[in-house]
Amino acid sequence: MTVVERREIALVDLLDRLLAGGVVITGDVTLRIADVDLVRIDLNALISSVNRNVPSPFGD
Amino acid sequence: MTGLRYVYAVCRPFGAALQSQLAGVADDPPRLLPHGDLVAVVSHVPEADFGEAALRDHLEDLDWLTATARAHQQVVDALTAVTTPLPLRLATVFKDDSGVRVMLEEREAAFRRTLDRLDGRVEWGVKVYVEADPAQQAQSARPAASAEPAPKPASGRDYLRQRRRQSRANEDLWSRAEQFATGLHATLSDRADGARLHAPQNPRLSGAAGRNVLNAAYLVARDASEEFVEMVDRTKDDAPGIRVELTGPWAAYSFAGETEEEGS
Repeated sequence: MTVVERREIALVDLLDRLLAGGVVITGDVTLRIADVDLVRIDLNALISSVNRNVPSPFGD
Repeated sequence: MTGLRYVYAVCRPFGAALQSQLAGVADDPPRLLPHGDLVAVVSHVPEADFGEAALRDHLEDLDWLTATARAHQQVVDALTAVTTPLPLRLATVFKDDSGVRVMLEEREAAFRRTLDRLDGRVEWGVKVYVEADPAQQAQSARPAASAEPAPKPASGRDYLRQRRRQSRANEDLWSRAEQFATGLHATLSDRADGARLHAPQNPRLSGAAGRNVLNAAYLVARDASEEFVEMVDRTKDDAPGIRVELTGPWAAYSFAGETEEEGS
């Protein structure tokens, strides 16, 4: 397999990169929504809304 | 003149045209905002959806998050076809063009350093999963209303013996998986210009079978990518009960930060 099939990208793989990767910009010019902790909290909320019994993927 | 500015990525100026049918976040096709020798790629987005409070709410809405993440990815992906973009974190929003320009100016040196480091490179994702233990799988796959009932252990001692055998097999698989993942990560890191570990994925979100024990990203030169992919592919049949998945090529999302340095 030298050619990689470009099937639809899984959302989790995308979120790994978009929520934990990319340049984080802080400072007065932004609306400060790119805060890592904030996004992690949001993702945790998301997961618990999918299933309340699943522990956080971020561990501790 | 109204609206906020959503920034996808920062690039060096590039000659080629962007793919014309990009929807962009909030259905606003991406525009180029050059400043100095950098270009920010932006969309105009409504404050009603991208103001701080609205955004906070939206980020907890899986449908919204999915649509926004995909739109963001499509733009960054299109940029990857014509240049090496430096992607920003999802939902990085500025008040106006001049806010974007100020940001470009303030961080110019760091952006240029990072763009140099990433130039001509892409990211590959490699995940390792431990499949469920085959014996266990066979047992749970047996239909409940099967004509023949599953053989019952003759005694309590048999039952315990069975359980012990089972858990020893599981431990064995686990330690093999750990060794396999550690070895694979070392081999791939060696061949890559950078490596980063992401948190193992939650199976409830990924829907993937088995348990994710390695979720890594590797920064690889484009012209070394074919070899890298082949190397990953060769490992795939090495280990029964263990599954390797490759994703990419991605823009270098996982390597966009200054090496562990906070931009402030």
